[in-house]
Amino acid sequence: MDYGMAGTALATGLLFGFVLEQAGFGSPCKLTAQFRLTDWSVFKVMFTAIVVAAVGILLLQINNTFGSQGFYVAEMYLWGTILGGLLIGVGFAIGGYCPGTSLVGLGSGRIDGFVFMLGMVLGVWGFAAVYDTSLIQTVMTTAQASARTVPEFFGVSPWLVVAAMVLMLIGGFAVGRALERRSNGVYSAEDITEGRAPGESDELGRDLGREATSASRQSEAT
Amino acid sequence: MSCQIRPLWPPFVAGIVLGLVVLLTFVLVGNGMGSSGAFARVATEIGLQIAPEATRENGYLGSMAQGNPLAAWIVLAAVGILIGGILASISSGRFRVKVDRGSGRIGVGTRLALALAGGVLSGFGSRLAAGCTSGVGLSNTAMLGVAGFVFLIAFFVAGLLISLFMRRVW
Repeated sequence: MDYGMAGTALATGLLFGFVLEQAGFGSPCKLTAQFRLTDWSVFKVMFTAIVVAAVGILLLQINNTFGSQGFYVAEMYLWGTILGGLLIGVGFAIGGYCPGTSLVGLGSGRIDGFVFMLGMVLGVWGFAAVYDTSLIQTVMTTAQASARTVPEFFGVSPWLVVAAMVLMLIGGFAVGRALERRSNGVYSAEDITEGRAPGESDELGRDLGREATSASRQSEAT
Repeated sequence: MSCQIRPLWPPFVAGIVLGLVVLLTFVLVGNGMGSSGAFARVATEIGLQIAPEATRENGYLGSMAQGNPLAAWIVLAAVGILIGGILASISSGRFRVKVDRGSGRIGVGTRLALALAGGVLSGFGSRLAAGCTSGVGLSNTAMLGVAGFVFLIAFFVAGLLISLFMRRVW
């Protein structure tokens, strides 16, 4: 690998980690709140990013700009992808991170992020130990999808798929907003930094939200 | 704390910028961003240090045992993600060395044990799916890949179910 490739790896990785931290994704508390349905930031950020990147990729492919027909899409083995997705989902709910966000967690000072990374190394070794068994070989090599992309699979235009994703994005934002209002709301920068639940009072015993409400009630009474 | 804590980016803004970063990665490299591959590389390299023969003979690690792991693009990208997290959290007053126990309902030991267990499952799962939330869930889905959509459905179903049992933790 030459210095140019090393530079792009460091630079794109740095931007990726920078944005994830700015979204609050170094916090296992905020990340797992997506699955408690009280903070929809994970869905909102991920799905917005997917749609933006997908539209950009389709636009670049129109005239094969930058050789973009050659962008890499991995083939899929159904069982490996489903089982892997399930295990990463379980690991996320239990450990509070996925592989990328554990790096961001450590980057923002979280020791549990580093411990999660140690766990991943152990998990890779565990996988290597059972890799040659017939069970894992069967999971890894059977049920290959007939197409690599969803538009190919269903024989439709990629723009139709993107349009459906935009509708899902809008729907997800609406549902997310409704459920966030029903709970105590999303984790703010202060919440994830100081280790508080949203709406909880701070160390001086003040709850700014409640204080404002009671103040307005008092002014109404007078 | 003398350093003022800056607010997080709104999710929509963070999502647009993240999408542009993924797009930039595709343009510069030809494939998207990934994270878990770096841990497979590091696991291989540590294996070569402590048990070189077993690692080279292993069906999975053996194929990765050739070459310098630092030369691997994915490892440098992971180092970049780490540096990006450091720069963002320090510049926003959010950097704290701590064991993150949420609102503090569980002890340090419990939290670290859960983090380790979650990491083990995630590391194992990422090899089955040949990627993780970044490489398959985000980058493959951005290419409208079948794997990305299937991965995201499995990821969310498992996460929603298991977090029902984890409510007392956070």
